Amino acid sequence: MKPRHKKLFLIVGGLAVLTVASLLILNAFRNNLVFYFTPTQVLAGKAPIHSEFRVGGLVEKGTVKKSDGLNVDFVVTDLNKSIPVHYRGILPDLFRAGQGVVCQGRLNARGQFIADQVLAKHDAKYMPPEVAQSLKHPNGATAQVDSTPQSYKP
Amino acid sequence: MYKYASPKNFYALAGRLIPWLGAVTLLLFIAGLYLGLYVAPPDYQQGDSYRIMFIHVPSAWMSMFVYMMMAGGGLVGLVWNIKLADMLATASAPIGASLTLSALVTGSLWGRPTWGTYWVWDARLTSELILFFLYMGFIALQAAIDDPRRSARAGAVLALVGVVNIPIIHFSVVWWNTLHQPASIGSLGKIVSPSIYPSMLHPLLIMSVAFFLFYFTVLLIRMRGEILARERHTGWVAEIVRATPEIRGTHP
Repeated sequence: MKPRHKKLFLIVGGLAVLTVASLLILNAFRNNLVFYFTPTQVLAGKAPIHSEFRVGGLVEKGTVKKSDGLNVDFVVTDLNKSIPVHYRGILPDLFRAGQGVVCQGRLNARGQFIADQVLAKHDAKYMPPEVAQSLKHPNGATAQVDSTPQSYKP
Repeated sequence: MYKYASPKNFYALAGRLIPWLGAVTLLLFIAGLYLGLYVAPPDYQQGDSYRIMFIHVPSAWMSMFVYMMMAGGGLVGLVWNIKLADMLATASAPIGASLTLSALVTGSLWGRPTWGTYWVWDARLTSELILFFLYMGFIALQAAIDDPRRSARAGAVLALVGVVNIPIIHFSVVWWNTLHQPASIGSLGKIVSPSIYPSMLHPLLIMSVAFFLFYFTVLLIRMRGEILARERHTGWVAEIVRATPEIRGTHP
């Protein structure tokens, strides 16, 4: 074997070992690298409910109640389990029923999540308002982009 | 092929290519920005703020591509001792670092109105920030070593180790729950039906090609500079200096 090839094999081998090592480390950290927990995970006791954590999911339609300018109540669901959330503060522009959100805060004794930060999750769909409108009323123009979430994968 | 691997011939070839590449890049930038900022409709949820993706998405793609070019150049330089490959790696680093910074800053400006925050420590944002630090580490390491051969080797090893981060950036939105949304285009199923409306997708694709060619244009300009700096003691560079009146004065 030429020394040049030996060098190449050493480098490629080294990189392969490094990749496997980092994948193992990342796998071990899997739970700690999670940005938020789903309601199903929270209710199954997989979230650190004694400290502050984040819960993520869709804002359930018809549950958003704004009592005054700042206080808002809504339910976060992953279409399997759901958790009621109370938040006092300014909501991001993208916050609306049916959209993904990530709330940071803690659970109180009654199982209600008291959020001190609410972030909107973008659904990675981009379309003009007219198209979105025609999707809501299918008898109008023909839709080219599917925006109805059949299932929600957190 | 081997003819152009010599710095002297590459210098001449790059000099002929740069004006053409630069002109096409400029035209694509004008077309992409015009279509993206004037022709494309506002988004149904984000209004006009989504338009930042015409800069953000190509920056982010290229930040990873340039890193692969840098690491690839480092590998070829390390194994086959090709000086031009070392120069490619060295010349790529500042371009990649700028593109990474551009992706981070534009993403942050978009995140504030859309998500409600400038920054979160989710896996996608954090791994992209690590990419920026890798670029900075590469630049600092190479600048700290005077001998060009040792400098190239040290940089190449660092760049190759950092390659591990590239799949992590790409798959972070798939592997973990992140605030950053998953890719709208790119996977096989999404080529057939991308979740971006066509009049918004076309400027994005044009801007991506523009960023791609921009990288190669700047790369060739920077590599020509590298070549002149490293070959400054050779006869052919002295010839260029003699033939160029403007620089003769500064190099007595």
